[in-house]
Amino acid sequence: MDERYEIIAEDVSFTYPGDETNPPVNALRGVTLRVPKGSYTAILGRNGSGKSTLARILCMLETPEKGELYIDGKLMTGDKVTEADILDARKRVGMVFQNPDNQIVATIVEEDVAFGCENLGVPSGEIRKRVDDALETVGMTKYARHSPHKLSGGQKQRVAIAGVIAMKRECIIFDESTAMLDPMGRREVLDTIDKLNKEDGVTVILITHYMDEATRADHVVVMNDGQILKEGTPSEVFSDPETLWSASLDVPQTTELLYGLKKKGLDVPLDVFDPERCAAVIAGAISSRGGVKNGDR
Amino acid sequence: MAIVELRGINFIYNKGTPYETHALKNVDLSVNEGQITGLIGPTGSGKSTLVQLINGILKPTDGEVILDGVNIWDQPKKIREARFKAGVVMQYPEYQLFADTVRDDIAFGPKNMGLGEDEISERVNKAAAFAGLDPSVMSRSPFDLSGGQKRRAALAGVIAMEPKVLILDEPAAGLDPGGRKEVLGGLKKYQRSVGSSIIIVSHSMEDMANYCDRIIVMTDGKIAMTGVPSEIFARYNDLIGLGLDVPRITRVAASLSRRGVDLGEVYTVGYAVEKLSELL
Repeated sequence: MDERYEIIAEDVSFTYPGDETNPPVNALRGVTLRVPKGSYTAILGRNGSGKSTLARILCMLETPEKGELYIDGKLMTGDKVTEADILDARKRVGMVFQNPDNQIVATIVEEDVAFGCENLGVPSGEIRKRVDDALETVGMTKYARHSPHKLSGGQKQRVAIAGVIAMKRECIIFDESTAMLDPMGRREVLDTIDKLNKEDGVTVILITHYMDEATRADHVVVMNDGQILKEGTPSEVFSDPETLWSASLDVPQTTELLYGLKKKGLDVPLDVFDPERCAAVIAGAISSRGGVKNGDR
Repeated sequence: MAIVELRGINFIYNKGTPYETHALKNVDLSVNEGQITGLIGPTGSGKSTLVQLINGILKPTDGEVILDGVNIWDQPKKIREARFKAGVVMQYPEYQLFADTVRDDIAFGPKNMGLGEDEISERVNKAAAFAGLDPSVMSRSPFDLSGGQKRRAALAGVIAMEPKVLILDEPAAGLDPGGRKEVLGGLKKYQRSVGSSIIIVSHSMEDMANYCDRIIVMTDGKIAMTGVPSEIFARYNDLIGLGLDVPRITRVAASLSRRGVDLGEVYTVGYAVEKLSELL
């Protein structure tokens, strides 16, 4: 299969088995997703839409019940796949979870970052270099010998990311990794993710409930009820607020504003996410209608 | 009138040890009755310590906590009354569910208050409605519910105690946008119909702008600002300097004003659309 793609999921389905009180849940129903190498994909969806199940399948924490999964062009599902293939593929895809406190295992930051590499059997000289590089990438070098529990949420999350980077993952899945952070922490983590993607070519899959975060991606996938409801560039996806609202989601505030103005008859596009540009578009549209007396200065 | 007043509060963790941390420094604060007050601040700014002081989980190192007109530490043996008056919903309260059915879980607080059966059942139903719980889930195990429903069940359990002050730490964290609106909208409805006072701790400036009557900003163990949302978000640069943020719509309005389209203080999208429509 095509090696330009880091991950390909073809018509993947997954069911959580039921028990005496609960019926089985069809968490994924025929999902097809292609993640090109070096791309930045955001996955949106209400609670229970299947986005976390999809993430767990993409990094092989779960095996799809139906459908095919390819990592780096190699088939990971079916009878022919070997244990060794799966181990190799697992080394390509890493995951960062929501709660930083559940992912820190060591008592010193640099030991925590080294933990994954040690388990992979990387030689110690090499580990030293990888840990230093990873801490540098996430901007935490000065905390290398600190105790993780005294760090802020954003700093802890960056330590968790450094641990994944040190394992040299080609692709990192962030499962609501900013949900528990304050605004500064969110900015730090999102900027780190951008840097990994743009400068180091890491393939990023970001699962989030924050629409503003999704506007950073190249490709946005909207999940609903175990299926892909809509996908495309942020512009394509957010230009259709009704569909998102119907899926219990939202649009960035800039789009919501432009949508409100468009309904009032102002000729503006919906896909402007940057506040400065949004203001420029609105000021331009108003002055071209001659609406404001003092004009666009 | 103030429902909560803090006077000259200092709080020091691990006093007298090398790990001493001065979490609150000379805090004076009053929280208005019958309003929704937002509490914002970076991680480690003292918000959680403040919340725990209000309902007497922590005792101030110095200063007075006045809750509903009573200094809660005047009679330390009656501190339990403060805990009924100020109901706290911690972060991720769904981890604290325990009973066999949702109904029993919500009824646990009112039962402990010694209320009669009829009153308990009425309060449970009312609280479930405010929290947006479907009546069909009441006889189910709370552990079989979805994450969003569990959150609502846990909120209903505290609402059913009808505390004078309801304090919630990130009540909408981890919920999707629809769930956030339902939970926060339900709290607003509850506050309007019961006239209760609510304190919400959150990192979401957009939610604060949409639901709060007043906002308190904390940094480094001190109160940095208090005011109505328009006053707080007008101090745009100060907030960003403190490591906080303003709603994105406020950034758009600030930029519009530099471009000669002055809308005044804007912090919700609905208001921005309304003001701009007047110019069209």
